[in-house]
Amino acid sequence: MISIATASLFAPLLGAAAAGLFGRRMGDRASQYVTCGLMLFLAAVACWKFYDVAVLGHAGVETLARWIDSGTLRADWAVKWDTLSAVMVAVVAVVSACVHVYSIGYMSHDKSIPRFMAYLSLFTFCMLMLVTADNLVQMFFGWEGVGLCSYLLIGFWFGKESANSASIKAFLVNRVGDFGFILGIFGCFAVFGTVEFGPLFAVIPSLSTLTMPFLGMSLPALDTLALLLFVGAMGKSAQLFLHTWLPDAMEGPTPVSALIHAATMVTAGVFMLARLSPLFEHAPFALSLVTITGAATAFIAATIGLTQFDIKRVIAYSTMSQLGYMFFAAGVSAYSASIFHLMTHAFFKALLFLGAGSVIHALSGEQDMRKMGGVRQAAPKTYMLMWIGSLALAGIGIPGFFGFAGFYSKDAILEATYASGTTAGLMAFWLGIAAAFMTAFYSWRLIMMTFHGPFRGDPHAYDHAHESPPVMLLPLYVLAAGAILAGIMPLKWFTGPENLSEFWRGAITVLHGHDAHGLPLWVRLLPLAAALSGLILAVLFYGKWTAMPGKIAAALGPVYRLVFHKYYFDEIYNFIFVRGARALGRMTYDLGDNRAIDAYGPDGFSMISKAVARRVAALQTGYIYHYAFAVVIGLVVLLLWWGRW
Amino acid sequence: MVDISSLPLLSILTFLPLAGVVLILLLQKASDGVAKQIAFWTSMLALGLAAWMVARFDPHGGFQFVEEAKWMSFGGVELFYKKGIDGLSLWLVVASAFLTPVCILACWDGVKERARSFMIAFLVLETMMIGTFTALDFVLFYVFFEGVLLPMFLIIGVWGGPGRVHAAYKFFLYTLLGSVLMLLAVVAMCLHAGTTDMTALMRADFPVSWQIGLWLAFLASFAVKTPMWPVHTWLPYAHVEAPTAGSVILAGILLKMGGYGFIRVSLQMLPAASAAFTDLMFVLSGIAIVATSLTALVQTDMKRLIAYSSVAHMGFVTMGAFSRTPQGLEGAVMVMLSHALVSSALFLCVGVIYDRLHSREIARYGGLASNMPHYAFLAMIFTLGAVGLPGTSGFVGEFLAMQGAFLVSTWMAAVAGLGVILGAAYMLWLYRRVFFGRLDKPGVAAMKDLTFKEYATLAPLAVLVLVMGVQPSLFKDSIAPTMRDIAETAKARANPAPDVPPPFALNRLTGGGAP
Repeated sequence: MISIATASLFAPLLGAAAAGLFGRRMGDRASQYVTCGLMLFLAAVACWKFYDVAVLGHAGVETLARWIDSGTLRADWAVKWDTLSAVMVAVVAVVSACVHVYSIGYMSHDKSIPRFMAYLSLFTFCMLMLVTADNLVQMFFGWEGVGLCSYLLIGFWFGKESANSASIKAFLVNRVGDFGFILGIFGCFAVFGTVEFGPLFAVIPSLSTLTMPFLGMSLPALDTLALLLFVGAMGKSAQLFLHTWLPDAMEGPTPVSALIHAATMVTAGVFMLARLSPLFEHAPFALSLVTITGAATAFIAATIGLTQFDIKRVIAYSTMSQLGYMFFAAGVSAYSASIFHLMTHAFFKALLFLGAGSVIHALSGEQDMRKMGGVRQAAPKTYMLMWIGSLALAGIGIPGFFGFAGFYSKDAILEATYASGTTAGLMAFWLGIAAAFMTAFYSWRLIMMTFHGPFRGDPHAYDHAHESPPVMLLPLYVLAAGAILAGIMPLKWFTGPENLSEFWRGAITVLHGHDAHGLPLWVRLLPLAAALSGLILAVLFYGKWTAMPGKIAAALGPVYRLVFHKYYFDEIYNFIFVRGARALGRMTYDLGDNRAIDAYGPDGFSMISKAVARRVAALQTGYIYHYAFAVVIGLVVLLLWWGRW
Repeated sequence: MVDISSLPLLSILTFLPLAGVVLILLLQKASDGVAKQIAFWTSMLALGLAAWMVARFDPHGGFQFVEEAKWMSFGGVELFYKKGIDGLSLWLVVASAFLTPVCILACWDGVKERARSFMIAFLVLETMMIGTFTALDFVLFYVFFEGVLLPMFLIIGVWGGPGRVHAAYKFFLYTLLGSVLMLLAVVAMCLHAGTTDMTALMRADFPVSWQIGLWLAFLASFAVKTPMWPVHTWLPYAHVEAPTAGSVILAGILLKMGGYGFIRVSLQMLPAASAAFTDLMFVLSGIAIVATSLTALVQTDMKRLIAYSSVAHMGFVTMGAFSRTPQGLEGAVMVMLSHALVSSALFLCVGVIYDRLHSREIARYGGLASNMPHYAFLAMIFTLGAVGLPGTSGFVGEFLAMQGAFLVSTWMAAVAGLGVILGAAYMLWLYRRVFFGRLDKPGVAAMKDLTFKEYATLAPLAVLVLVMGVQPSLFKDSIAPTMRDIAETAKARANPAPDVPPPFALNRLTGGGAP
C-alpha cells in the first residue's frame, strides 16, 4: 500500500505534466496556480512527514514498481523514508514551494511561463526521487534528472548564446562526475552483488579489507568505490576541479539559481555522502580526500567571491564555498553537522538569491554591482531581508543566547573538524576559519555596494526602481524565518549528544565519533571572531575608506588577477578538453575515416580496380598487329615454360 | 473452424508484405495513392499480427511458434524450412513490423517519383527483415540476411540524394566481401554438422580451430552490417544519401542484423571462438564508441552526425554481447531496441525539417524552439534517449551493457563511460545549434510546426521511448530468460571438445565423404 506522503511526491510531476503539456491551453495563470498549489500541498505533507519520520520514528521503504532487474541485479522504483530522506524532502519541498510562488512575480513579464513552471516542478520531482531512492540506480535517475532540469532551466532563455553555452557546460561537467558515479554503481554490483541500500550497507562492514581489480590494478575495494562515487558528488556539488559550471549557471533566471544552484540540487553530493556513510566510514582514505577537497573548495571559492562584481556570481561562489564546508564536515564523519548546514544553508542562500533577484528585478535586469548603490531607499524590505540572509550566512550570533541559522551549523562543522584531530581535519579547520572571514567580508561588500552609497548606474534605471510585489516578498519572509530559526530550533536534533540514536536512528553511520564537547574556548569563539572582523572590515572598506579595495587590488597585482580570473580554470579546461576533443574528432574523421579507412578501403579498392581496368582497356587497341604481337609473346613465354624440363 | 493457434504465424507474418506487393502489381492501373494505401494497411496488418504474437509469447525462454518442413536434401545435408522466435528475435520482429508503417507514413508526401515501386521495395524489405529474424534454418537465414540488401540498395540508389550512386556502391562493396566469406562459412558449418537446422548447429561442437576460422568469416559479414569500426564508413554515406524512410529502416532495423548475427551465430554456435576473441571485440567496441563519438562532434551534416552516433551505440551492443554476462546480453538487446526507436525517430526529425528547408546542414538552422515548440519537445525526448538519460529507453540498455562489461573488464566499462560523456556532448550541441539561439537564419522563421501526419509518426515513438525507460520489464521479461540461457551456454561451452584438423578441402560439397 502506498502512503499519502509517498503519493504526494508525485504531485510535482503532475504539475509539470499539466503545465508542460497543456500550459498553452490552460494559460499562464492556471499553470501557475496548478503548479504552486501542488507544491504548497506537498510542502505541507513533507513537514508533517518530517515530524512523522524524524520525531516519531516511522521509517520504512515502500516499493512502487519494478524498474531494472537483470540476473541478480535489482533496482526498483522505491521510496525510502528515514530521517535523512525526511529532512531532505522537507527542505526541498519548502524551498521549492517558496521559489514557485516567488516565480509568479519574478517571471510575470516572461512569455513562456507555463514552460518555466513545468521545469521547476519537474526538477522538484527529480530531486525528490533522488533523495528518497532506495538503491543507487534510482538515485542516479534523480541525479541525472535534476541535471537535465538544471540544463533546461539554465538555458531557459534560449535566445541568449551565453545561456546556451552555460547550460551545455553544466550538463557536460556533471556528466564527467556521473562517469565516476556510474562506475561506482557498477563496482558496487561487481563487489557486493547488489545496488540496494539495505543489503549493501549490511554487507559492507564484513568486507572492509577486500580488494578489487580496477583498470588493471588491484585496489582496496571500499576506498575505490567510495572515490568513484565521490567523483559524482564533486560534479553535482561543484567541488574544486568540477566546479566551473556553477558560476556560469547563473545565466538562468534567478529563481532557478536559488532553488537549484543554491538550496537543493548542488547539495545532492552532500546528501550522497551522508546516505552512503556506511560505505565512506569504511573507506578512510576516501574520507580524507573528501576533507581535503572540501576544505580547498571552501577556501578557493571564497577568495574568488571577494573579487567578483556580478551580484549573482558572488553568491554563486559563496554557495560553492559553503558546499566545501559541508564536504569537509562529512570528511571528518560529522555527517549530522553537514546535513544541518545543508538545511540552514538552503534557507539563507535561497533567501539571498531571491533577494538578489528582487534587486535585479527592481533595476530592470542589472546584475553588475558597480552599477548599483543606494537601492536601500527604493527597496527597504529587500534590504532588511538581505541583512538577515547575510547574518545567517556569515554565522553571526551571541554564544549561549541566540544566533542566526548559520551560526550554529557552521560552528558545529568547525568544532567537529578541530575535534577530529587529524591533519586533514586541522587543515580544514584553519581553511574554514579563513573562509568564514572572507564569507563575512564578501557578504557585506555585496550589501554595501548594492544598497549603500550613491547610485552608480544609469539614472533612468533608478527611477523605475521599486520594491518587489507581495507575491515575491511573501516567500522571502518564509525563507527569512528559516534563516533566523532553522539553526536554533532543531539544534538539539542535529548536534545533541545522542543525535545518532535519537534523531538519525541509523540513517547515517558514524564509526569513530569525535566528541566536540570540552573543546578550548578559543576554538568555539574563533569562527565568530573571524566573521565579525570580516563584516566590520567590509563595512569600513566599502562605506568609509572606499579607495582601499582598489589600492589593495593594485598592490597584489598578479595575485589579484589570478583570483579575479577564477584561477583560469575555464581557460585551461577549454583549451584541453573542448578544443582537444574537437581536434581529436577532426583527426578521427579526416585522418581516420577519410584518409586511412576509406582511402585504403573501399575507395582505394575502387580506384585500383578502375586503374587496372583502364590499363586493361588500353590494351584493347583494335589493331590486329597489336593482338598478333601479344599472341606471339604469349606463345614464346608458354614454350619457354614448357621447355624448362 | 480453423484453429488459429495452429496457423503458421511466422510464415504468415513474413510473407504478408509480399501479398501486398502482389496486390499492388495486380492493380496495374492503380494510382500511387492506392499503392500507398495498400502498402500502409498491409504493414499495419502485419503489425497487428506481431502484436498478437507478443501476446501469445511465453516469456520463459526457448524457441516458439516453430514451423518445420523438410525442404530438400543436398549432398547428404538436410535442408529445412524452419522458423521460430525466442527472446532475442521477438522484439526485433516487432520492431520491423512497427517501423515499416511508420516509414510508409513518413514518406507519404515525400516520395513523388515512382511511389508504387517505392512501396513495393519497402514491403519486400519488410519480408526480408522479418524473415531474417525468424529463420531457424541456416540457408534460409542466409538468403533473407543477404536479401535485405537488394531493396535497400535500390532505395538508396533510386530514391536517394545526389551522391546516391557513390553511396550505394560503397554500401555494396563493403557488404560483398562479408557475404562471400559468410556463405563459405555457412556451407562449411552445414556440411560439417550435416544439417542446416540452426538449433542443431547451436548444439554442434565445432573444433576450436574451425571455430576460429568460421568466427572470423562471420565477423567480416556482421561487423560490416553492425557496423563496427573500422568497416563503418559506408554508413554515413548511405544515411546522408538515403531518403528519410530509408534512413529510418537502415538505422532502425538493418543495423540490428549485425548484432543479431553476433549473438545468434557467433555466440551461440561458436562459443569457444567468441570467448577467444572477446578482447578483440572489446577493443573494436571501445574504439567504435570513443572514436566515432569524437568524429560525431565535428560533423556539420545532421544525418552524418546521427549516423556516427549509431556506430557508437552499436559499439555498446557488441560490448554487451561479448561480455557474455546476462546483464551485458540483455543490455545489448535493449540498446538495439532503444536505438531502433531513438535513431529512427531522430532521422524522422531530420526529415521533418528537411522537407521544409531542403537542407541537412546544421548551420542553416537555429532557434527552432521558438516557432516549432511541439517539434522541439519531441526532438528533446529523442535527444535525451540518445544521450541515455535515466528514464528513457537509452539508459536501460547502456546501463546493463556497461554493467556486464564491468564484470569482465573495468577498462571496457570505463572507455564506454567516456563515450557516454561524448554522446551527451555531440547530441546536446546538435540540439543547441538547431533549436536554440536566435531565429534569424533565412527561411527558418517561416517554418511551421508539425503536421498531423508527422505527429502520428513521432508521438508513438516518443511514448515508447519513455515507457521503455520507466518500465523496461514490459520488454525485458520476455528477453531475459533467453539471454540468461545464451550467457550460461556460451560460458559453459567456451572450452569445447578436443581439436581435430580442419577439413579445408570441402570435398563433401562435390560428393566425396568425410576425410
